[in-house]
Amino acid sequence: MATPVDNLLVEFRNVSYSVPANSNPIISNLNLTVHEGETLVLLGESGCGKTTTLKLVNKLYLPTAGDVLVKNKPTTEWDSIALRRSIGYVIQEGGLFPHFTIARNVGLVPSLFKWDEQRIRSRVSELLTMVGLEPSRFAERYPRELSGGQRQRIGVARALAADPALLLLDEPFGALDPLTRLSLQKEFAQLTKKLGKTVILVTHDVREALLLGDRIALMHAGEIVVLETPQGFVSSQNEKVKAYMDTLEVAGSRDRENQPTLDREEETI
Amino acid sequence: MNFWQFLQQNWPELLTLIRQHIVLVLASIAIAVVIGVPTGIALTRYASLRSPILGLANIMQTIPSLALFGFLIPIPFIGGIGARTALVALVLYSLLPIIRNTVTGVLAVDPNVREAAIAMGMRDGQVLRQVELPLAMGVIVTGIRVATVIAVGVTTIAAAVGAGGLGVYIFRGLRQYDNNLLLAGALAAALLALVADFLLGLLEQKLSVDGKTQKLSMVQKLLLGIIAITIALGAVASLKNRTSQSGASGERRIVIASKDFTESIILAEIAAQLLEARGVSVERQFELGGNLPHEALLSGKADLYPEYTGTCYAAILHHQPVSDPRRVYDQVKQEYAINFNLDISQPLGFENTFAILVRGEDARRLKLKTISEAAPQTPKWRAGLGQDFMSRPDGFPGFSKTYGLKFSEVREMDLSLTYIALSSKQVDLIAGNSTEGRIAKLDLVQLEDDRHYFPPYEAVYVVRKNAISPDLNEVLSKLVNAISTEQMRELNYDVDGNKRDVKEVVREWITKNGK
Repeated sequence: MATPVDNLLVEFRNVSYSVPANSNPIISNLNLTVHEGETLVLLGESGCGKTTTLKLVNKLYLPTAGDVLVKNKPTTEWDSIALRRSIGYVIQEGGLFPHFTIARNVGLVPSLFKWDEQRIRSRVSELLTMVGLEPSRFAERYPRELSGGQRQRIGVARALAADPALLLLDEPFGALDPLTRLSLQKEFAQLTKKLGKTVILVTHDVREALLLGDRIALMHAGEIVVLETPQGFVSSQNEKVKAYMDTLEVAGSRDRENQPTLDREEETI
Repeated sequence: MNFWQFLQQNWPELLTLIRQHIVLVLASIAIAVVIGVPTGIALTRYASLRSPILGLANIMQTIPSLALFGFLIPIPFIGGIGARTALVALVLYSLLPIIRNTVTGVLAVDPNVREAAIAMGMRDGQVLRQVELPLAMGVIVTGIRVATVIAVGVTTIAAAVGAGGLGVYIFRGLRQYDNNLLLAGALAAALLALVADFLLGLLEQKLSVDGKTQKLSMVQKLLLGIIAITIALGAVASLKNRTSQSGASGERRIVIASKDFTESIILAEIAAQLLEARGVSVERQFELGGNLPHEALLSGKADLYPEYTGTCYAAILHHQPVSDPRRVYDQVKQEYAINFNLDISQPLGFENTFAILVRGEDARRLKLKTISEAAPQTPKWRAGLGQDFMSRPDGFPGFSKTYGLKFSEVREMDLSLTYIALSSKQVDLIAGNSTEGRIAKLDLVQLEDDRHYFPPYEAVYVVRKNAISPDLNEVLSKLVNAISTEQMRELNYDVDGNKRDVKEVVREWITKNGK
C-alpha cells in the first residue's frame, strides 16, 4: 500500500516539563528528533518520564519550557483537536470504550471526521482484516468479549483508522502473555513498515525495544541517557544499558544465540 | 370493618391518592434530574464548586420537611399551598443523591478510557456525551433510584400542605386512630417505593456497561408484567373516577382550608356544603398542618378556615393567656382586622378548650373532680401530651406551674394517640380536646379547670375580607351559635369513632338542623 509522502517529524527542543506539586522536573532539557518512517522506542523504568514525553507530542501536556514541534510547528500553535486527530494513539489494553462495539471503537476517529457511514463501515472491515480479525465475527461484539490480544489488535486498528502518519504507543503489549506478545510485536513491526508509519513507542521491556526500534532512547530521571540503533545499544558500554542487557541474559540465557535482534532481521521484509 | 371491606368501599379514593402520589413523585424527580444532572456534570468540570454545592444540597436534605413547607408557603410563585409547594420541597430533597451520583459516576470513569477519548481528538462535549455519561449512567440511575424511593416517602408529608397523595390517609388514620386508613396509606406507599425501586433497578441493570448483554430473568419479566397491568388498570379506574368527580364549576369560587384534625375538617365541610347549596363553587384545601391555614389566608391562597379564638390570641397574636371570652374575642377581631385584613365570624356556639382527662375508674376511686384535687397524685402519674400542648404559650409550662404539677414522666406524643394511651393505661393523664367524641366512649373524665388557667377557645371562622360576599355572610350568620358542645362531640364521634364519611355526617347534620 502506497503511503503519501509526508514531512511529519517530531522534534523536541530543550523541552522541560514539571508540575507545581513536585520540585523535580519530570522532563529536563530534552532534545530529540524523530524522522519520518522510523520507529523510535522510549525505554526506561517507571517514573523516568517516557510516558510524559509521549503525551507532550499529542498535546495532552504542554511543555513548561522549550518547544515540541510536530510537522515543524510547535504544539502550542496547533489546534489540539486537529493535532490529536492526525495522530494515532494506543495504550495498554487499547483504551477501548467498553460501551462501544468493536466497529464503533475502530470507526471512532473517522466518525469524528464525519465520514459517511458506508465509508466508515468499509474502512472498519479493511482495518479488522488488516489486524487479522474476521470483520463478520468481531464487528458487533463488545471489547469485554475479546481476549487481551484481540483487544490490543483492535487498539492498533483504531489508531490506524484515519490513516495518521504518526502513531504513539504506550506499553501497548504490556498486559499480554509472552507468546501472544511476541506474535503481536512481529505483526505490528511488519504492519507499520508496510504502511510507512512513523512510530514512537514507550516500553520498559528491553526485548521489545530491540525487536521493534529503529532507534532506542534510554531515559532516566527525565533525560535521555543513550540514543542508539539496536546494534549500537547492544554493544554500548553505558552502565544503564549494561544493566538492561543483564536482565536479558538472566531471562533468556538459554537462547542467547537466538537474540531478539536476529528475530527482527528475519521479520523485516 | 376489616381491611378488605375498607378497600372495597374506598378504592376509588385510594386510587386517586395513589395517582396524586405518583404524579408528585414523577414530576419532582423529573425536575430534579433536569437540574441535578447538569449541575453534577458542571461540578466534574469545576472542582472548586464541588464541596460548596454538595454541601448546600446536603443541608437541604437535613431540613425537616414540615419546616421546609413552612418556609415555602409565604414565598410567591414557588410557595403557597398545594402541589406546587410540595413539588419544590420534593425537588430540593431529591437533588443531593442525583447530583452526588452524577459527580461520582463521571469521575469514576476509567481514566485510561477518558484519556484515550481525549487523545483520539474528541472535544470536551463529545467526551462527555459519548463516553463519560454513557459509562456513568448506571451510577446516575442509582442516584435517581435512591432519590425516587426517598421522594415516595417524603411525598406522604405533602398532604400537610394540601398536595394530596397517600399522606392524606396516613395523617387521617393517625388522627382517627383508624388502622385501615393507616394501613392502606402506608402499604400503598411502601408498595410504590418497592415498585419504583424495582423498575429503576432494571433500568440501572440495563444501562450499566456490564448489563449490555444481560437478558431479563423470568421472575423479572413476570414482575414487570404484573406491574404494567396494575398500573394500566389503576390508571383507567382512577381516570374514570376523576371524570365522574369533576362537576359543575361556577364563576364564583371560594377556597376553604382546614387544619389537620377532624373537628376543623367538619367545620370547614359545613361551611363548604352550605356555600355549595347557594351555588358557590368551593375548593377544599383541607387537612393542612400547623399554622398553614393562617399562612394560606395571609398569602391569599385560601379564603376561610375554622379557628379558635384562644389560638388566635395566644399562638398567632402572642398575647399572654386571659380567661375572659368576650375580651379575647373582641381583641382578636380588632387585631386581625388591623394586622392581617382578616375578619372573625361570630362564635359558632361551642368551645374547644383543653380538657384535662383521667380514666373514669381513677376519678371515682380517688374522688377527683378538679385539677387541684388531682395535683397531689401527679408524682405517681405519667402524662401523655400532644406536641402542640408542649410548645404553645398557654400549654404545659404555665399549666404545670399554675397547679404545681410534677409528673413522674411526661411523654410527648401525637394528640390523637393520647386518648388510647390513657384508656390502655400507658399514661395516667392527658390534655385532650373538650369536644373529643371518644371522651364518653372510653370512659374518660374531664377535670375542672378550677383555677381558670386555660383561655377561652370559642370556635369561629377566620375569613379573608376580600372574599366576603352576600352568600358567605348569609352562611356565616346561619352558623352563629348553631353548634353546641354536645353536638360537636357527636359529630366528632360519628367521624372518628363510627368511621363515617365527613361529607355524609355534615350533610345529615345540615338536614336535621335545617341550615
